[in-house]
Amino acid sequence: MQSLAYIAKRLLLMVPTFAIVMVIIFLLVRLLPGDPAIAIAGDKASDADLAAIRERLGLNEPLLVQFWLFLTNTLQGDLGRSILMKAPALGVILDRLPTTAFLTLYAVTLSLLIAGPLAFVAALNRGRWPDAAIRAVFQVGLSMPVFYIGLVLLTFLAARARLFPVGGIGHGFFENLHQLFLPAMTIALYTSAIVMRNLRASIIEVLDAEYVQFARAKGLSSRLILGRHVLRNALISTVTLLGLSIGNLMSGTLVTETVFAVPGVGRLMLEAIFARDYPLIQGLTLTFAVLVSAVFLLTDLVQSWLDPRMRLT
Amino acid sequence: MTETTLSLPKSRSRLGLALRRPGFLLGAAIIGFSTLLALFPGLFAPYDPNFIDYTAVGQPPSAAHPFGTDMLGRDAFSRVIWAYRINMQMAILATVFALVIGVTVGALVGYYRGVADMIFGRFVDAIITFPFLVLVIAVVAVLGPGLINMYIAITLVGWVYYARLMRAEIIGQMGNDYAAAGLVMGYSDRRIIFRHLLPNAITPVIVYWMTDMALAILLGSSLGYLGLGAQPPQAEWGVLIAEGRNFITTAWWLSLMPGIAIVLTGLGFSLLGDAMADLLRPRG
Repeated sequence: MQSLAYIAKRLLLMVPTFAIVMVIIFLLVRLLPGDPAIAIAGDKASDADLAAIRERLGLNEPLLVQFWLFLTNTLQGDLGRSILMKAPALGVILDRLPTTAFLTLYAVTLSLLIAGPLAFVAALNRGRWPDAAIRAVFQVGLSMPVFYIGLVLLTFLAARARLFPVGGIGHGFFENLHQLFLPAMTIALYTSAIVMRNLRASIIEVLDAEYVQFARAKGLSSRLILGRHVLRNALISTVTLLGLSIGNLMSGTLVTETVFAVPGVGRLMLEAIFARDYPLIQGLTLTFAVLVSAVFLLTDLVQSWLDPRMRLT
Repeated sequence: MTETTLSLPKSRSRLGLALRRPGFLLGAAIIGFSTLLALFPGLFAPYDPNFIDYTAVGQPPSAAHPFGTDMLGRDAFSRVIWAYRINMQMAILATVFALVIGVTVGALVGYYRGVADMIFGRFVDAIITFPFLVLVIAVVAVLGPGLINMYIAITLVGWVYYARLMRAEIIGQMGNDYAAAGLVMGYSDRRIIFRHLLPNAITPVIVYWMTDMALAILLGSSLGYLGLGAQPPQAEWGVLIAEGRNFITTAWWLSLMPGIAIVLTGLGFSLLGDAMADLLRPRG
């Protein structure tokens, strides 16, 4: 019951946030110099097309009425027509979304596989050389822009060594595990630097905590201590970190999809921008906002499920 | 007076602590040298970065051209050096306006609270709902690609993060006795905010600014790579990497060398930022 009330409260708080999100997306295109109808339809649009767009967006109406139209259209799933794809924007976006979702989950999995063991090695050897070496490597990793990581992998592992394809996607789950390995690895290398740093700190914090020292004094085996206390806390902090960095992760995905020509929503965003396809830009911006808040919400829920202390607040 | 004499040895030892970190010296050396390159690229670059030489097209690295030449015969090394000017400028121009606007707005809503603060809170929630890069490139899409528009876009989105931090710090400082004392003394709001609260609350914001400068270089070169920031033939690291991308099988150095400059500079800023954080962080 308590958690249901919590979810309800959390969802209710999202209403004013999304009202402002909609205002920002709405104003984005209205701030364009000149006629938004021409901006939306392009210079080559016929007068009839322009009139139709003005009618649909209510450009002849006052700004508040226009916003109301935009809001109600959006809530009914009508994000307008993509100029680039000549199809409803929502359909175009939903077509591309599974690829991005697959890539992101793949990247998160890889980053946990990289960061997890290394964080343990670093934390258990705190202050000695393995710790210093691991931290130095990740410090350099944090200073690399995602597109550069991608390009280095692309150059050496795809273009020169020909171990992986240089871009695009394949068919089916297993083919894509191979096809999307480099893009996923690109995002994972960059994400694992953040995850490793946080995980190491959280493991050290737990190892130093009084209850762990007490458990040791009681004579509990290190394996039990690691399993019951350290892992659980490390898991909570990693879930929180990954959830809160979803925006970063999406930004990384956008760049990576461009480097490796992966047809997901990130690459679509750039295609839309270069084509000045404003309905699609608006739709994609909204899609990213919805995805991020969905993950924020999920993070909150998982966190309260993992960490009993959170349930009280 | 007594307070000054008491705090001196403490801050000196803190400086000593920061200086003893190997990272600090390395970071300071990298950023110092990078600044030098940005100010006087002509002293270090052997050629004019835009000099086109059709007799020396697509050459591999050699003594005359350490990073080779690009497809127009321009010296790749000179272009990387001249790019320091634009990329180092990003660290300042993409952050400083966001810092000033964010600190001012954050201090005001933190001090006055009320309706403005409530609206600000919802606004922050909305902004962090967008991935940073997505919002920035959406704004660039509206304004049009280019360096200046990129700075405007990053500032329009970035100030919110400074304001959020500043607001929280001001509210934290308001709980202290000296803030109440200022009110009792009948000081003006402006004096309390800017003379008393701000100097005490600004430290975490400055620390964030240092890390943000490193991020600005990464973000700026990413936008240059994507074609939304600096535009060719401007020598900017992201642009250089994009220009070399089509030749990664035949002339991989064209793309990979500018990246080393990005990594080094980013590393310099983040090492310096970590040391600054230690130096400025209140102890205890």
